[in-house]
Amino acid sequence: MNSIVCLKQVPDTEALIRVKSDGSEVVLDNVKFIINPYDEFGIEEALLQKEKSGSGSVTLVCLGPQRCVESIRTGLAMGADKAVHLDDSAFEGSDALSTAKSLAAQIKSMEYDIIFCGRQAIDDDQAQVGVALAEYLNLPHAALVTKVEVADDKKSITVNRQIVGGEEIIEMPVPCVITAQKGLNEPRYASLPGIMKAKKKELKPVKVADIGLDANEVGATGSKTISLNYSSPPARTAAKIIGGESPEEKAKNLAKALREEAKAI
Amino acid sequence: MGKGILVFAEQEEGKVRKVTFEILSEAKKIADKKGEQLCAVCLGKDIAGLGDKFAPYGADKVYLVDHETLGQYTSDAYAKALTDLIIKEQPSIVLFGATINGKDLSAKVAARVSAGLASDCTEMKLDDSGNFCVRRPIYAGKVLADVGFQNTDIIMASIRPNVLIASEPDTSKTAEIESIIPEISADNIKVKVLEVVKASAGKVDLTEAEIIVSGGRGMKGPENYKMLDELAEVIGATVGASRAAVDAGWKDISDQVGQTGKVVSPNLYIACGISGAIQHYAGMGTSKVIVAINKDEEAPIFSKCDYGVVDDLFRIIPPLTEELKKMMAD
Ligand SMILES: Cc1cc2nc3c(=O)[nH]c(=O)nc-3n(C[C@H](O)[C@H](O)[C@H](O)COP(=O)(O)OP(=O)(O)OC[C@H]3O[C@@H](n4cnc5c(N)ncnc54)[C@H](O)[C@@H]3O)c2cc1C
Ligand SMILES: Nc1ncnc2c1ncn2[C@@H]1O[C@H](COP(=O)(O)O)[C@@H](O)[C@H]1O
Repeated sequence: MNSIVCLKQVPDTEALIRVKSDGSEVVLDNVKFIINPYDEFGIEEALLQKEKSGSGSVTLVCLGPQRCVESIRTGLAMGADKAVHLDDSAFEGSDALSTAKSLAAQIKSMEYDIIFCGRQAIDDDQAQVGVALAEYLNLPHAALVTKVEVADDKKSITVNRQIVGGEEIIEMPVPCVITAQKGLNEPRYASLPGIMKAKKKELKPVKVADIGLDANEVGATGSKTISLNYSSPPARTAAKIIGGESPEEKAKNLAKALREEAKAI
Repeated sequence: MGKGILVFAEQEEGKVRKVTFEILSEAKKIADKKGEQLCAVCLGKDIAGLGDKFAPYGADKVYLVDHETLGQYTSDAYAKALTDLIIKEQPSIVLFGATINGKDLSAKVAARVSAGLASDCTEMKLDDSGNFCVRRPIYAGKVLADVGFQNTDIIMASIRPNVLIASEPDTSKTAEIESIIPEISADNIKVKVLEVVKASAGKVDLTEAEIIVSGGRGMKGPENYKMLDELAEVIGATVGASRAAVDAGWKDISDQVGQTGKVVSPNLYIACGISGAIQHYAGMGTSKVIVAINKDEEAPIFSKCDYGVVDDLFRIIPPLTEELKKMMAD
């Protein structure tokens, strides 16, 4: 199986993220960056499928600034064969659909059976790119996938995906796009030899012109959504601690507060 | 100049999702301000009976798109039917619930018709110049972004369930109903649904629940969730879990609340034996009222909830269930 994994670099889930006081931007100084957790599931699954089929390759595709190289190398160290880094200042400010369009422009000239994306990037939380990428490439897709089974003839796959209140099993032809949901697998760690090997792999930035797009079709100008302002959510003040002499009394006081004060029950 | 606001009215097995009414109610105010029509589009199989469900929340017009292939959601069939309607009617704004299907469909259709799309919004409004804009949490709720639209004839947004408030239905209102038989052929549909497995029929999904009782590592084991089930039963809640509980195998992944689980926004969230890690809070921070029951007074959850009980949950939950049972009977 030949797979492509779309990898986004995002701030660590623990990162403290601040907003500039004039609301013009999100401050990401001193933030630790990681591979989007859902994309790790994608990398792992692509590696598993390659191992199972005994042949093929895993190629990472990442759009983002220079700092992404570190995450790309981590993906290579996990075992991916090669990587494409779309790195051009023209991409700056791309919204999700514009990102999907650029990824599609890159991927359309590549060879693949399955494209893996994460179900959503944990920075912009859009959950759009995987689905839109499939649409731009005119491919079928399945979102929120927790299991992948490739047919013996490798012409179709069966996947389990999360739906409201349960899951469904669907079949679709290859090539196709999958967005990975937690539960798909347990991503492996990069091995030491993997890290050494990854260091040597060639990575050169791919520019907008290389994928046949015009600079004003991408980035902030090519996007249809624009961020107007950023703010911090209103802080929740510390809890009102419910007192009482005994657990029973505390329970009673809580029930009372929920009904009479919070009017939540 | 667009022709109105179109709301994707999501239904399953003939039951309309509540978020549809929440969106219609809020969109009505915007449609009135813009002097445009508010339309609802409902897709499904044998859904003629749903025609009168939307006018009470403000819909002026209802499209019922009925077809064999729409009985069960597939991105392919739904996207084909909805795209055809959008191309024909040219709405200026199309709104979806940010449900599993709503997010899937909106991304596909937005790409197909070249619309701008903002997902999982918690507010929508017209700014001072009359431009439609939304607010959406990013970085798992650590930041709120106000988002506008440019270079697009069609604006699309999906709205988080349980955030907007549905108005009191006015059943004296009626809407024009147009039945549509969509052109969907076999080659429009590339995916085949082989099987649907519902976890527990009739249970309200976490993302739609008005009350959630959630248990974390403090629950000590899977057998103790029975206690939460009983409490949930009494107050009409759905039971959720932290990742620690899911990773331990006590609860299913579909029950996980948080950054890598479900994002929920109930009226009441009761966290039992949950420490309140940032990744957990990311999934439930917009709940209206948050209650924490935890024996450690230093637990981080106490600094970001509304009511806290510092005690052993095994000693609090049974009497709490009894108290609430009495209260509900009144
Ligand atoms: C990339 C990433 C993504 C993540 N995504 C999620 C996510 O989606 N959802 C999520 O929940 N977590 C997520 N986590 C994990 C998160 O960081 C925490 O580890 C997790 O939420 C802890 O779960 P917990 O609160 O149940 O367990 P703990 O942190 O172990 O807390 C248990 C709490 O129970 C209390 N307790 C114990 N016994 C009792 C008792 N008898 N009575 C009362 N209280 C008791 C303890 O005082 C403690 O506060 C993620 C982490 C990472 C790194
Ligand atoms: N800049 C990017 N480069 C590569 N892949 C991306 C990028 N942005 C998003 N993706 C992929 O699309 C998924 C969903 O992202 P989003 O729609 O932004 O929530 C991610 O998990 C990635 O797999």
